[in-house]
Amino acid sequence: MYKNYIQLKMKRKTNTILTLILGAIVVLGLASCGENTEKNETTTDATALTGDIKIDGSSTVYPITEAVAEEFRAEQPRVNITVGVSGTGGGFKKFSRGETEISDASRPIKDKEKTACEENGISYVELEVAYDGLAVLVNKENTWVDHLTVEELKKIWEPAAQGVIMKWNQIRKEWPNEEIHLFGPGVASGTYDYFTQVINGEEGASRGDYTASEDDNVLVQGVSTDKLGLAFFGLAYYEENADKLKLVGVDGGEGVVLPTQETVANGTYQPLSRPIFIYVSNKAAQKEEVISFVNFYLEIVPSISKEVGYVPIPSEMLAKQVEKFKKFVSKK
Amino acid sequence: MTNALKNKLIDNAFKVFGIICTLFGLVILGILIFNIAEVGLTRIDWNFITSLPSRKAEKAGIYTALMGTVWILFLTAIIAFPIGVGAGIYLEEYGKKSKWANFLEINISNLAGVPSIIYGLLGLEIFVRAFNMGGSILAGSFTLALLILPIIIVSTREALKAVPSSIKDASVALGASKWQTIWNQTLPASIGGVLTGVILAISRAIGETAPLIVVGALAYVPFAPSSPMDEFTVMPIQIFNWVSRPQHEFAVNAAAAIIILLLITFMMNGVAVYYRNKWQKKIKW
Repeated sequence: MYKNYIQLKMKRKTNTILTLILGAIVVLGLASCGENTEKNETTTDATALTGDIKIDGSSTVYPITEAVAEEFRAEQPRVNITVGVSGTGGGFKKFSRGETEISDASRPIKDKEKTACEENGISYVELEVAYDGLAVLVNKENTWVDHLTVEELKKIWEPAAQGVIMKWNQIRKEWPNEEIHLFGPGVASGTYDYFTQVINGEEGASRGDYTASEDDNVLVQGVSTDKLGLAFFGLAYYEENADKLKLVGVDGGEGVVLPTQETVANGTYQPLSRPIFIYVSNKAAQKEEVISFVNFYLEIVPSISKEVGYVPIPSEMLAKQVEKFKKFVSKK
Repeated sequence: MTNALKNKLIDNAFKVFGIICTLFGLVILGILIFNIAEVGLTRIDWNFITSLPSRKAEKAGIYTALMGTVWILFLTAIIAFPIGVGAGIYLEEYGKKSKWANFLEINISNLAGVPSIIYGLLGLEIFVRAFNMGGSILAGSFTLALLILPIIIVSTREALKAVPSSIKDASVALGASKWQTIWNQTLPASIGGVLTGVILAISRAIGETAPLIVVGALAYVPFAPSSPMDEFTVMPIQIFNWVSRPQHEFAVNAAAAIIILLLITFMMNGVAVYYRNKWQKKIKW
């Protein structure tokens, strides 16, 4: 009897809670509907552009494109811009099928992707929008590493190192006889492609016995808690976690250079800095809203890239991109 | 005496073991909720729910992701409910004991074990490309509906099985056809169990990320979908996107979004429990 009573009481309680929750959903739904119509009504001036712009591609470029799209929305609220993160390769696949107007890319288009575009009658223009540096990092308590040369990096990361280079003193004799723990981006990322290309000499070729994650925060976590760790990832992630990590300078043959905004922008941090791109298709470049968006993009990208953690493109390079796009548009 | 004492000891030991097993999951859930709540609770306000995505963590909101999730939820339910329940009724009431039904049954159990990303690839080939739906809400919903069908079918069958055969026999004895028996007796008696299964299956679906990313859900969508053919994003994708940002403020946003996603899941489970209790009370055999 008593048990039944308790159950009944509890049931009544859940009933009230449920009613409250359901009520909240209804209110929420109605409120958001109301707000939506308001937003649409404020945008009826004559110069307003309309249309959809579909963008997809690299997750490295994503933060920049997202930020530009957000700013563009303030100017042209009726242009619907969507941004996906299928990766550089996935983005080009859609781009070559004509499914997207603009493709984000953290590397130049490959020959195979070029052919795919040609087959579908799609021509395009390649625009540099910012620079990204790849930082090499160790733990704060690591006292022995002052810099690494490109050869040393290759020795650590090349495919032949798998199961062979396991200790710090195998890289330099005076370093401790302790295990080395490696962290790096997963094989699907453009960052991995780029690093293997410039360090190991072949894209996609590296040892497999390292801790890989597509989420760079996991790599930060890993190397900041492991005294014997070594990692590489985008400079933006270092700058946000500078108090937890030790940046390693890289010697590309002309002395040791630390990656900073300056050394990445002026090209002295070699070979681990790279330009990142957007690609615009010819069909898209006939549309008023796309032209306006790309011009807007090139106009504000220097300040945006700084804000989201990338290195801004120098102004003379930017002027070239603007010129390039203007020519591409007028070619039609 | 010693034997009785020994038995009692074993009895108690097993009881303690059982309690530990029960608490294990609960404690982990408690830690998770506490952790998330500590980080994210203060971030939740009306603006967070009604704002568009943004590169500025403090300005960013979950409006479009939440709307995407709601759309996906309803469409998935509408698609999966009739198909799943229909299949369950067929297997339990009509197709019993035939070799064909046996074959179907084994395959449905197999389907329940397929990793969700495989459903995503299937959805990409069939719904997005072959049926030409594109990366739309509809394609996403069909894919998720496929994913949860096995769960719905199995739970529907369990619910139908729980109806005493005396009820069905009585109905048939009074001259009702098979369909009349199912429609007027079996289904009403088991609807609580059926609904519970459907709701639990759907609350699993709203946490899915992998299949939707494959199907083409996007990361940045600054407008709420207005039709099933629109492009979309959902809460788990938004959370994933925020977690992988370098700026720590986004982790706070992610925590806040997780709280809201958890609330939705809890709510749906609550509704499931409510309906089960309600229908159980109404039925008196």
